[in-house]
Amino acid sequence: MAITREDVKHVARLARLSLTEEEIQAFTEQLSRILEHVACMNRLDVTDVPPTYHAVALQHVLREDKPQPSLERETVLALAPEAEAGCYKVPKITEG
Amino acid sequence: MSGMTHKLSAARLNRLFLAGELSAVEIAESALSRIAQVEPAVGAFLHVAEEHVIERAKKLDARRKAGDTELGPLAGVPIAVKDNICTCGMPTTCASRILEGYVSPYDATVVERLRASGAMIIGKANMDEFAMGSSGETSAFHVTRNPWDLERVPGGSSSGSAAAVAAGEVPLALGTDTGGSIRQPAAFTGIVGLKPTYGYVSRYGVVAFASSLDQVGPMGRDVEDVARLFEVIAGPDRRDATNAGRTPPALKFGGDPSLTGLRIGVPKEFFGEGIDAGVKARLQEAIAQLAALGAEVEECSLPATEYALHAYYVLALAEASSNLARFDGVRFGYRAAQSGGLNDMYSKTRAEGFGSEVKRRIMLGTYVLSAGHYDAYYRKAQQVRTLVIRDFARAFERYDAVVTPTTPFTAWRIGEKINDPVSMYLGDICTIPVNLAGLPAISVPCGFADGLPVGMQLIGKHFADAQLLQMAWAYQKVTKHHEARPALTEEGGR
Repeated sequence: MAITREDVKHVARLARLSLTEEEIQAFTEQLSRILEHVACMNRLDVTDVPPTYHAVALQHVLREDKPQPSLERETVLALAPEAEAGCYKVPKITEG
Repeated sequence: MSGMTHKLSAARLNRLFLAGELSAVEIAESALSRIAQVEPAVGAFLHVAEEHVIERAKKLDARRKAGDTELGPLAGVPIAVKDNICTCGMPTTCASRILEGYVSPYDATVVERLRASGAMIIGKANMDEFAMGSSGETSAFHVTRNPWDLERVPGGSSSGSAAAVAAGEVPLALGTDTGGSIRQPAAFTGIVGLKPTYGYVSRYGVVAFASSLDQVGPMGRDVEDVARLFEVIAGPDRRDATNAGRTPPALKFGGDPSLTGLRIGVPKEFFGEGIDAGVKARLQEAIAQLAALGAEVEECSLPATEYALHAYYVLALAEASSNLARFDGVRFGYRAAQSGGLNDMYSKTRAEGFGSEVKRRIMLGTYVLSAGHYDAYYRKAQQVRTLVIRDFARAFERYDAVVTPTTPFTAWRIGEKINDPVSMYLGDICTIPVNLAGLPAISVPCGFADGLPVGMQLIGKHFADAQLLQMAWAYQKVTKHHEARPALTEEGGR
């Protein structure tokens, strides 16, 4: 499964990573090599094998919907790169 | 006073503290002096909390003098915490630029439990960035060196936790294990490391890498200390939805070491091509020792092993790409200077904040989850995971435990594999199947190959962690490999 530069650029967009030319080049080669390796799995017939998403069987447990104490808003906002008026502040979200 | 902490076990320090023979301040000062001595050479810590630990020690001393009888099983014991575990009042960076300077406003459950047990958290241990790596070299801040040979890696991703214990800076450390990150560095540095059953230890407040595989566990110089720390951190926690709600049985060690009545399988797939001759020889001796202790040992097969590594990388990276989406420069951590819109800010922040191994894994994870590739990679890997689980289930119908090398080779030279991800990933072949199946496994020192430590891995049934510790204790009792110490000089070098 060869990965192209275009694939790498597409995936980088999905992953919100801006890559340098050198990184695009390196990832194109490395991802191809790793995926080629991973493709060994295709030698196995898994037609009737169910997928496992969790190795230890657990059941959903419901709890009462009661408010619990949580962290102070000020404490948490103080960790943000930018905050204003009790909210996180981000750059403009519409790009034109 | 230097030397106290690198000679005494956690159990002994706790006993001496409770008996009033050593004050917590004396212990803390001794550990700090050992750290000052060896850190320039070893580099196990990202942050040493000198003031915090002395303050904490003074409080413990005051409580003891006031006659407090509930000081706890780790009272007076200095401990290192891997830097992906949230500690209130200390940095938690995951060895990444993207979290540089981040101080968590809350404690992880395991840290709360440490504090309640009387432990003294002395600092945050270096690691591979976001636990992604097998050598410690992907830390954004500095490399950690193996105390047995300073030119070699200590293993990873719990590189600092392992090196700090091996170099005698602390008797105990917390690590995390997603594909071998406790066991492999334990093997490379000649210490004991336990990866508990998935769900035994809370993951609340532990920065997620691959949520269906991650587990926190203890690392120490002997099995008793590791068991003591395991008992402190394991147990129910409603804040972790994947916690099993179980409390481990109380552990006691003593009497004649014996494995009589136990059956141990030796899976042939772990002893074939690719295993270093020295490692293989030590394992054969260790297996003979298990038999001499009374265990019934025979060869078995785990045929899906060959494919476990592939499935692991697909699953771990898919989960990682999703978990690491939260590092976006909005709520915490680094934000890149830029002039564009929100997407531009995300992409530049992540490009500048993450190192190359983390980017590589996010890229792979995003690729396998992207439209058109899901069935070929992600679903397939989950099916292979089922086969790996079935292999173990079959083996455990017949055996109480399975024994393998922890790693196919000993610690490599710094820089040797960093540009060869496939070769580095192959080194995790012995530890990865355990995480896929959610099983407990322990790495115990079993001697040396060319002067470098070798680890034996014992894998047990779900929630048989206590039984594994008992088996490891019996082995340790008759072999004494764990008593070997690296000859770090007074200047901290070799």
